[in-house]
Amino acid sequence: MSILVNRHTRVITQGITGRTGQFHTRASRDYAFGRECYVAGVNPKKAGENFEGIPIFATVREAKEKTGANVSVIYVPPAGAAAAIQEAVEADLDLVVCITEGIPVRDMIVVRERMRREGRRTLFLGPNCPGVITPGEIKIGIMPGHIHRAGRVGVVSRSGTLTYEAVAQLTELGIGQSTAVGIGGDPVNGLKHVDVLKLFNDDPDTDAVIMIGEIGGSDEETAARWVKANMRKPVVGFIAGLTAPPGKRMGHAGAIISGGKGTAQEKLAVMEACGIRVTRNPAEMGKLLASVL
Amino acid sequence: MKIHEYQAKALFRKFGVPVPRGAACFSVGEAVEAARNLGGGRWVVKAQIHAGGRGKGGGVKLARSLDEVREHASRLLGMRLVTPQTGPGGQTVRRLLVEEGAEIVQEYYIGMVVDRVTQRVCLMASSEGGVDIEEVAASAPEKIHKLHADPETGLGEADARATARAIGVPQALVDEAAALFGALYRCFWETDASLAEINPLVLTGEGRLVALDAKMNFDDNALFRQPEIAALRDLDEEDPLEVEASRHELSYIALDGDIACMVNGAGLAMATMDTIKLFGGAPANFLDVGGGATAEKVTAAFRIMLANPKVRAILVNIFGGIMRCDTIATGVVAAAREVHLSVPLVVRMKGTNEDLGRRILAESGLPIIAADDMADAARKAVAAAAGGRR
Repeated sequence: MSILVNRHTRVITQGITGRTGQFHTRASRDYAFGRECYVAGVNPKKAGENFEGIPIFATVREAKEKTGANVSVIYVPPAGAAAAIQEAVEADLDLVVCITEGIPVRDMIVVRERMRREGRRTLFLGPNCPGVITPGEIKIGIMPGHIHRAGRVGVVSRSGTLTYEAVAQLTELGIGQSTAVGIGGDPVNGLKHVDVLKLFNDDPDTDAVIMIGEIGGSDEETAARWVKANMRKPVVGFIAGLTAPPGKRMGHAGAIISGGKGTAQEKLAVMEACGIRVTRNPAEMGKLLASVL
Repeated sequence: MKIHEYQAKALFRKFGVPVPRGAACFSVGEAVEAARNLGGGRWVVKAQIHAGGRGKGGGVKLARSLDEVREHASRLLGMRLVTPQTGPGGQTVRRLLVEEGAEIVQEYYIGMVVDRVTQRVCLMASSEGGVDIEEVAASAPEKIHKLHADPETGLGEADARATARAIGVPQALVDEAAALFGALYRCFWETDASLAEINPLVLTGEGRLVALDAKMNFDDNALFRQPEIAALRDLDEEDPLEVEASRHELSYIALDGDIACMVNGAGLAMATMDTIKLFGGAPANFLDVGGGATAEKVTAAFRIMLANPKVRAILVNIFGGIMRCDTIATGVVAAAREVHLSVPLVVRMKGTNEDLGRRILAESGLPIIAADDMADAARKAVAAAAGGRR
């Protein structure tokens, strides 16, 4: 098993006709059960056409009704991304994954507020994230599929390439992954570390979890406290940004320390106090996980 | 994006947040003229740089005559102002704000940010204005009152009044304070701000509330729809290398060490910096080449890294996913040739086509030091920097 997505997931791609959308839809469809999983695309101007055999519909709702899709992935450019998320949420999908980088924070505040107010059940992952992969079954997003290997370790991270780094270390040690989830680095986002840890905790086929964080915010601390109180499986961790100077934006909107809060030191200390084994050497994330299995 | 105090005050005025009368000045003559036009007998001459802590660095001066205005303006303009936030090099003062002096009865702190936890805009208010608010937050958090805005209706008026009372605004001015909070929120929301700060908001001798200082930052991702805000950007205040990097869609931040690094992805870039530190070195920069690194982009990255005279070694750490290692290797070889690389170069590549990438590096004839993993790369870069001379 796995969390969030598996070979039975049926995916709609919003932004399937753009360059990025086409490139990643092709790579995702070519991964594992991708040919069965990728069933629809959405573009109001190109409804009735298809992308390499994947039918394109005018709206998410229509795509869902015609194909039975339950998940969408969004590659729509930043200015239109919030509307795309809103449309997918209103179509009542199980999960919406937004890869788009550079969405204004104000747009995300409005989208998230509306989801809460309307009591939407749709899970939202991202934005500005690599996506989610259940190795050997389905890849939704921009991660390189071939570095993964099916197995029983969960991975959750705010960063893209650092997630790949952790996954590759595990794979090299012969340790497979149940699901790897990139939650993204934006200040206002959907699923957080704690939400993904809850899912891994309930997944009978996940034995342990690597949690990777970054400076900024307090999500890692919240997750660590939840782990201490509830988690029945070992969790190991790494926080990037020990050397980052305060007040500087390190590429991600998320990676910024302000007001002495959200430093790597502080996060590592809370995680250790909550029983999470951490390393300060990112080259050893895989070895650290191996030591708790 | 950051803007100057006088620009933030102009926005405040537009949205109805009261500010002192004043004028931005680019020369001593303009400063004296501005003071004369303002009238009165007390003026404040304020250096305009993006870094905070200007008062502590001697960048804010009180003048009691036009001669004193002239004196302060001539001393401030062109000086390298060093504050706790500028770094030891300081920042050159090119603009001044000359304002009418105010008699201060009471000082408050007002700040506004996006709260990641509630995912709403949050107003923070405190009776402890004019001081380092981070110290207040650490030592007396109960003195900071928070109020969240509803994205659909804004700040609640009754809540805003309660917050005003909580920080000790006199009863007669509570409605005025609540209106000010509301105006600040509209200013924040409608300009796609990421930070607004008034430190201090003051109660004057005339019984008015005035924003004596003003700071605003904006969401870079929203500048495409905020042309008026984007036009306020002052490139003189930014690191020229960071400006050059943004022109090539590279994310670069200068740091104090001597090992330059080029990495794909912000998280991996920070982790690489951390690893350098872990093995006894110091990173010279943060540099994220992003997802689609072409040979041109890599060459630009090398030029930018090497423009820093402190650099003694370069570490390239690439996790090839969508970006293939052979593409990066070709770019690195071309860049190293083009810039006539004179410091040791350590390269670690992983992921798609890594063998091909390694072969391209090995066959280039360049003295590139290959590394197996991040730790190995950091160790080798630290050793190379210790022995490396340009």
